[in-house]
Amino acid sequence: MAAHIAEKKGTFLEEVIEATPGGERLVHCLQCGSCGGSCPSGADMQYTPRTLIAMINANDRDAVLAANTMWACVSCYFCTSRCPQDIPITDIIYTLKRLSIAEKRYRDTDAPALAKTFTDFVDRYGRSFEFGLATGYHLLKRPISMMKMGPMGLQMFTRGRMALRPTKIRQIEQLQAIINKAKELSGSK
Amino acid sequence: MKFAYYPGCSLERNAAAYDHSVREVSDLLGIKLQEIDDWNCCGATEYFSQNELAACAVIARNLALVEPQTDQIVAPCAACYLNLAKTDKLMVDHPEFGKEVNQCLAAGGLKYEPGRVTVRHMLDVIVDDVGETAVRDKVVRPLAGLRVAPYYGCQVVRPIDNNDNPEYPMKMDHLLSWLGAEVVDYPVKAHCCGGHLTQISEPQAFELIRRLLQNAQDYNTDMIICMCPMCQLNLDGYQSRVNGFFGTEFKLPIMYFTQMLGIAFGIDPQKLGFGKELVTAMPVLEAKLGGQLV
Ligand code: SF4
Ligand code: SF4
Ligand code: SF4
Ligand code: SF4
Repeated sequence: MAAHIAEKKGTFLEEVIEATPGGERLVHCLQCGSCGGSCPSGADMQYTPRTLIAMINANDRDAVLAANTMWACVSCYFCTSRCPQDIPITDIIYTLKRLSIAEKRYRDTDAPALAKTFTDFVDRYGRSFEFGLATGYHLLKRPISMMKMGPMGLQMFTRGRMALRPTKIRQIEQLQAIINKAKELSGSK
Repeated sequence: MKFAYYPGCSLERNAAAYDHSVREVSDLLGIKLQEIDDWNCCGATEYFSQNELAACAVIARNLALVEPQTDQIVAPCAACYLNLAKTDKLMVDHPEFGKEVNQCLAAGGLKYEPGRVTVRHMLDVIVDDVGETAVRDKVVRPLAGLRVAPYYGCQVVRPIDNNDNPEYPMKMDHLLSWLGAEVVDYPVKAHCCGGHLTQISEPQAFELIRRLLQNAQDYNTDMIICMCPMCQLNLDGYQSRVNGFFGTEFKLPIMYFTQMLGIAFGIDPQKLGFGKELVTAMPVLEAKLGGQLV
């Protein structure tokens, strides 16, 4: 297997393997299609997980990072649990999300913005809003979304299920020091 | 039985009913929960989408805050459970990565020894540790005649082995049957509800939610019982939006398994957070269980 990887030096395949725990299993894909066939979001994907794996193995970096597959993925782990070759497909998709976000390769999706909004709250408060209700917190930026929520938003409020901002942890400086160190070590802002 | 307790952000607000019922039921079953002091959000799936090291460092702070005398942590939220378990496992399996996570923790004066704390989901603690006899012993108001559909979702049953079948889990089925309920066996009980997809693509998300509601309804269920705040929000909170979108007329209450335990144990429904659900559960409960529950 080491030889396998050595041959792939400097390739996209190697990059994905390096960035994913257990990623070296990638090269063993049989193209059996169990992953794509199990995927609840398959119909909304440009490339199903099976195709995406083939594209990674073919080092088709640009097309992979611009694909919508990662943003349609709901992390249900069906593909991973059914893959006969133990390929950590869901984790590979997380790796692709990170690469795509870092290089701003994504198109036509709010997913990266949602992720950023969410983690900004964590960085600032140490706690977050309920991410299934993110629209509530986009109130100023996206009034339309809030209106679309309609009675649901109101009902959530009246039942005490929504707050205007997260609570703040006491040792927020400690958490921020940890996060800053992580960003420094991983070379991102 | 003593556990560090990690409620997670959802349980502070949106899923307060889950938090209240977990605490009530744990009290009664002799499960001692010690909330982790000053815990932080686990970052859901959103930190992992951006920075793996930061994701794990944020999560590991919670593991590091577990008191030295305690070696197990319990989380009721499926996503929190997975994040805590996954981070610990990554640190154990990849010592170099574990060291990096600890370098981050050190910046905050903390340290976590990989593998020190075992991460558990609330359902596993009640089914595996408390067990059938002790649960049955506490039942004073059997849920006889009530048809319930257990809904497992994804994050607990598939990614990490929790001693159940990842495709066709049974633990919640067993638990609900110990309470005397009629457990509905339906095909999609471990399918996906779409997670945060409601925020990204409504048509795609609503279709996943519709399939679950439809399938449970086809099997004549009175209510769906879940074990994750996100699942509850999607199926309950978004149910009227889904109805509007497809012209369907679903009216299925979506409750937490701990709320059902509490009802069977005779606890006041108010203390269990009943009434916080958008599709109200009381009418069908009172009709099926006979008379007033309060
Ligand atoms: S299930 Fe595994 S082996 Fe089959 S196509 Fe998908 S990744 Fe390849
Ligand atoms: S984890 Fe993602 S890619 Fe895999 S089956 Fe689920 S939605 Fe599809
Ligand atoms: S998964 Fe959800 S509930 Fe759990 S801590 Fe993260 S945001 Fe909060
Ligand atoms: S069913 Fe939904 S909320 Fe539950 S784990 Fe799957 S995606 Fe997450």
